[in-house]
Amino acid sequence: MSVPLTLLGLLEREPSHGYDLKRDYDAFFNRGKPLPYGQVYTTLGRLARDGKVIAGEAEPGVGPERKRYVITEAGATEFETWLTEPVAPEPNLQTVLFTKVVLALMLGRDAQQYLDTQRAAHLERMHELTKLRRTGPIIDALLADHGLFHLEADLRWIELTTARMDTLAAAVRT
Amino acid sequence: MSALIEARDLTLSFGETPALRGASLAIEAGEVFAVMGPSGSGKSTLLHCLAGILTPDSGEVHFDGRRIDTLNEAERSALRRDTFGFVFQFGQLVPELTAEENVALPLLFSGVRRAAALAEARPWFTRLGLDGLERRRSGELSGGQAQRVALARGLVARPKVLFADEPTGALDSLTGEQVMDLMVDAAHEEGTTVVLVTHEPRVAAHADREAIVRDGRASLLTTGRIAS
Repeated sequence: MSVPLTLLGLLEREPSHGYDLKRDYDAFFNRGKPLPYGQVYTTLGRLARDGKVIAGEAEPGVGPERKRYVITEAGATEFETWLTEPVAPEPNLQTVLFTKVVLALMLGRDAQQYLDTQRAAHLERMHELTKLRRTGPIIDALLADHGLFHLEADLRWIELTTARMDTLAAAVRT
Repeated sequence: MSALIEARDLTLSFGETPALRGASLAIEAGEVFAVMGPSGSGKSTLLHCLAGILTPDSGEVHFDGRRIDTLNEAERSALRRDTFGFVFQFGQLVPELTAEENVALPLLFSGVRRAAALAEARPWFTRLGLDGLERRRSGELSGGQAQRVALARGLVARPKVLFADEPTGALDSLTGEQVMDLMVDAAHEEGTTVVLVTHEPRVAAHADREAIVRDGRASLLTTGRIAS
């Protein structure tokens, strides 16, 4: 997750104080793992230095720094470019999973047992995400769905690998 | 606690082809239990044995403390009608009947009079978000609506067990999720045990526990130790 670009996006919506940005960031993008205030202000400081936001005058009041930040033309352009670019379709090759299976087969260990244990672990996480999807707000459901589809993709791979186990074993032992 | 349904070492072959090769599992009352596995693994055959639709070549099926694989066809038919509900993937609704008549069918087959059966069927339309569709025929329903009608029919007679074989197999993701949510909620509210056969992990994730069937044998999925 790119914190600077996400903050720029929130500022594109409306000029905001650091406190409001942190609140919205935590609510929508950093669930269960709050963004430290220090990181918010450091990031805003860098964005200001690079001419992507302008900080207003400090406003009177207690508590955290009270400056209103406004996005600049340069900031808005950078955000727009980022927003419309496709994310790199990461070829997440499940390297750990893959490596364990291949090594287990090479060494004549029980790769199937490992895959079964992995499958159960994936399903356990899918249970948690399904519960979140069913009981949480729509934003949570959206995130949970994303996780569920990815875990399901892993499980399909596990299923296929299970079906190919004998051929794979023969291939890695030659 | 003893299991509500228990399969012990079931074997069943279709001609020369073995479908079950010693499948065992135990399902507790009130749980949603998913049976997973690839195509041809024997998971549907296992469900059919548990539901008294098929009789295993060997092994035992117990339901509620009673052995059911040795019952004769009439007894098994009565058990299915009075105690079990069913939801399948395709073609379950009788096209000549309206949606509410379809839902009322299990009650009608049990000898409930038509007016009473329809009165019992109608609240399910509200419960499953089907208001206004009572008089439609299956050809006038979307896939998701038809499956919810089938779900209502599976639950209308308040069965002890609902057997669901790939209940979302013909639906898109969102509609499938809705059907599963409704099924799980209704089953928990009614205290109905659900035996769910699916090859889709996202569907199985609605269950309380899962087993996987591979080469005609079932094993319970447990996390155990996970290497980091």
